Amino acid sequence: MSEHELTCGLEIHQQLDTRKLFCDCRTVLVDEEGSNFLRRLRPTQSELGEIDRAALVQAEKKLRFRYQAPPDSSCLVDADEEPPHAANADAMDIVLTFAAMLDARPVDEVHFMRKLVVDGSNTTGFQRTAMIAMDGKLEVNGRMISVPTFCLEEDAARKVDAKAGEVTYRLDRLGIPLIEVATGPELHTPEEVKEAAQRLGSMMRATRRVKRGIGTIREDVNISIPGGARVEIKGVQELRLLPLYVEKEVERQRSLLRIRDILRERDVTRKDAEIRDLSEFFAPCPSKVIAGALKKGGKALGAALPGFAGLLRSPDAKLRLGAEMAQYARAKGVAGIFHSDELPAYGIDQGYVDKLRELMELGPQDAFVLCADEPRRAEAALRAAIGRAYDALGGVPEETRDPLPDGASAYSRPLPGAARMYPETDVPPITVGAERMQRIRENLPELTDVRIARIASEYGIHGQQARQLVHDGWDDLFEEVAKSKELAGAAARTLLSTLPELERQGVDMSKLDEEALREVFSALSAGRFAKEAVPDILALRARGKSVDQAVKELGISMVSSDEATAIVARVVNERETFVREKGKGAVGPLMGVVMSELKGKLDGKAASELLRKEIERLLST
Amino acid sequence: MSYSSRVRDILDRAGAAEGDTLLVRSEGRDSTGVLMPHHEFSHPDVVVLKLKSGYNVGVMVTHTSELTVVNKTEAREKHPKAAANGKGKKKVAVLGTGGTIASYVDYRTGAVHPALSAGDLVATVPEIADVCDVRAEVLFSIFSENMNVEHWRRIAEAAADRINGGAEGCIIPHGTDTMGYTSAALSFMLDNLTRPVVLVGAQRSSDRPSSDAYTNLLSAARFIVDTDAAEVVVLMHETSSDTTAAVHRGTKVRKMHTSRRDAFQSVNASPIARVDFEGGIEFLGPYRQRSEGKVVARTEMERNVALLHFYPGMSLSTFERVLNDSRGVVFAGTGLGHVSSDMVKAIAKAVNDGTTVVMTSQCLNGTVNLNVYDNGRDLVTAGVIPGGDMLPETAYIKLMWVLGQTDDKNEVRKMMITNLRGELSERRDIA
Repeated sequence: MSEHELTCGLEIHQQLDTRKLFCDCRTVLVDEEGSNFLRRLRPTQSELGEIDRAALVQAEKKLRFRYQAPPDSSCLVDADEEPPHAANADAMDIVLTFAAMLDARPVDEVHFMRKLVVDGSNTTGFQRTAMIAMDGKLEVNGRMISVPTFCLEEDAARKVDAKAGEVTYRLDRLGIPLIEVATGPELHTPEEVKEAAQRLGSMMRATRRVKRGIGTIREDVNISIPGGARVEIKGVQELRLLPLYVEKEVERQRSLLRIRDILRERDVTRKDAEIRDLSEFFAPCPSKVIAGALKKGGKALGAALPGFAGLLRSPDAKLRLGAEMAQYARAKGVAGIFHSDELPAYGIDQGYVDKLRELMELGPQDAFVLCADEPRRAEAALRAAIGRAYDALGGVPEETRDPLPDGASAYSRPLPGAARMYPETDVPPITVGAERMQRIRENLPELTDVRIARIASEYGIHGQQARQLVHDGWDDLFEEVAKSKELAGAAARTLLSTLPELERQGVDMSKLDEEALREVFSALSAGRFAKEAVPDILALRARGKSVDQAVKELGISMVSSDEATAIVARVVNERETFVREKGKGAVGPLMGVVMSELKGKLDGKAASELLRKEIERLLST
Repeated sequence: MSYSSRVRDILDRAGAAEGDTLLVRSEGRDSTGVLMPHHEFSHPDVVVLKLKSGYNVGVMVTHTSELTVVNKTEAREKHPKAAANGKGKKKVAVLGTGGTIASYVDYRTGAVHPALSAGDLVATVPEIADVCDVRAEVLFSIFSENMNVEHWRRIAEAAADRINGGAEGCIIPHGTDTMGYTSAALSFMLDNLTRPVVLVGAQRSSDRPSSDAYTNLLSAARFIVDTDAAEVVVLMHETSSDTTAAVHRGTKVRKMHTSRRDAFQSVNASPIARVDFEGGIEFLGPYRQRSEGKVVARTEMERNVALLHFYPGMSLSTFERVLNDSRGVVFAGTGLGHVSSDMVKAIAKAVNDGTTVVMTSQCLNGTVNLNVYDNGRDLVTAGVIPGGDMLPETAYIKLMWVLGQTDDKNEVRKMMITNLRGELSERRDIA
């Protein structure tokens, strides 16, 4: 078996379009804060008697959590003040449906688990999750890859603010059902990762029961290279960035392997760090960070890192162990650290650096690291940073990382162990019966490609338009309103061009929901106005006007054919010379005049027909 | 539901025990995982396996399934619990009784059960050693709905004994459902109380990171060590936030919500004190202060007492017997303390035959007043004792206790209308 240069697995979390998983709240994110309350969390023992390492790391931060509870979007269940209700059967059906589409096998009986998460994003301190199906498969670039797990879980609360010692979450997102699927570690190029994500996303959308829009789908990608370790980049929202995250992580792991090799060449071994109080040494130092910390009763602490010079930040910036160390330190609540590869800088001049090296008896290959903050925090941060430095001896540590907007990532916490799951005893197990699976298999959704082709041919619109309608999630509404070929064209244009155009013009789109669009199309279909008037009607509708009011305001109720004929005849007669000059060629130039006179009271095709007739009538006299 | 006999047989034949790693081959699929206890609501033919990923799944064992033990479980070492050490600090006795504050997941039923020893409980809250020298013991471990007179007596005797033995106070971890009854019972039973007795519970079990058990327990210890109060109180979260606990007088407190952290409320009274989780204790009203001398546990109680909630259509034929057969009956009447006219007649007869009847209100808030309406005046004539603003549950406990102390009818009446433990108040604040 040839070893791949890169091995990735993908995990996708997609919100389902139902009520919340364990209560009857709606699943809409809101701007309203609602009432709020304050909580703390404490790690507890799992059923195996061990406390999970990721949970412990979070708990060490000793944070307080503030929760905003908007009405309608949160209730006592979300506040951890009422036991969960039975799992939402709709949500379960959607996961079973998706699993069936990927040829997976449902478990015989579903058991919800509690996955410990004590960063405050769940009021309970755990996320409820259940394995629903296993052993699915998916074709990616002509190759079958395995999709081993299909889970149903609750989304976490939304972080809306964070300040020293207190993180604020809003409960509107907590409890929204998520389908979580994972591929096997079988993806070997950044593009393949993207392709798999796209395929899975499009199949989920084919169930027509998933939420759309930014934040409703999140991807975790597990990345490792030979000699490296499994690193999970968690919560990527932008699919197009996936390949970049993979590339940058490969680069990072390679540089860490290079650092490991250099450390080994230098015979560096792990040592207990001797942390020194350098507060007095730095007392006169103008560095704002240090002076600020000392003034607040903090301490400036430092430690040597023998053999690490040039690895914390190499001159070409390719080796950046210092950045990794700083991320570990920040996880302890400090703003950052200083290390010798980046000094002099930040108000610490060469003189200080030289004196410090002398004081610490450092050789040219030795580095040092500093942290100034409240004494306990500074020490915890420094120890974390030094621990991370020595971890470099082992190459790449397993960890969970947060995606950054530029395609890089930052340390978040150690990879969680399997120990952090224990049964959710408040939710009874659910047997997945044969009848339920039969019903689901008989009602599998139309696959996306099939759907696009059908819509294009059935309604006579362009294939590209059909694809766009499906992609943007307008296909249901489109099929509902496209009652004739004529209307189909108008509907496609409205949904794909008019709406984006109105949005670009700064029209408030919040009032143009599906209900409003339905109303406008139904009036159009009833011949209340011509399709040319749709943009104006929509613009008024967006300002809160009813369709009736809009029609009245625009003065565009349809004219009778006599009225229209009279108007067109007048336009033609007034321009008799011009018409006789141009003959039938006058239709084109006069069309604009006619349409402006008719003010959308007649649709373009009928107007053009009428104009042609009137011109012919004049010419024949 | 337990396993079907067929699956039970298959498991027995394979020699499979909980904790063993099993391979179940069923309809072309292999499932490997650790055998978990059968959930009560699981299908009888399902075995629950914990997969390597940590997930539990139920696997249906059919006639064609093969089940083998891959790996026997190793006897798991019980983690030694470090005894909390608060040597040199004030002694506080923790008397465990069960309930959510001391619980873990029971895999037999999949539900939360009281099971941690009081020592285990304290070991999970090492901070308590910074506050006091904890002396923990388990009196018994039961669901609070199974609590009865005998349990109250044992708690009262133990509390009196530990305080007389030098403890600065007692913490009683208790299931929340009947904590108000127990606090009332202890309030009456503990005579000449010289130190505080604090009942604490948790509305979220201690197996969860969001449990309120720890903060309530720590606050109880601080209340005992840092104040001079000497009453039987219930200490629970004051609000939904993890910021303060309210200390409620044992005779005035009631569980007013099925699940919220701040379920316990003082009714017709304000809490005695507020404990800030970040430091500081504020008293909100007068309280009984510490004293010297011996606490006496007067634990006699008349068990033949009933608590009846009056409702329209309440069947006379059903309840007439209760009225006649009981030594005492407490009614939670409607409004100011009313029952139907035919019930008044039945009450009159029962009182005449020797039953003590006390009237309280199902409104809970406010006092009964039997002078306002005819129905009330008829009750007075019938010999009913007005329960003032006592909670129906407190009146029930008090009547049991009073009837345990004296047989003298006049003495019973006098004691019932006299404020003995803060259970009756003369005035109620507007706010």
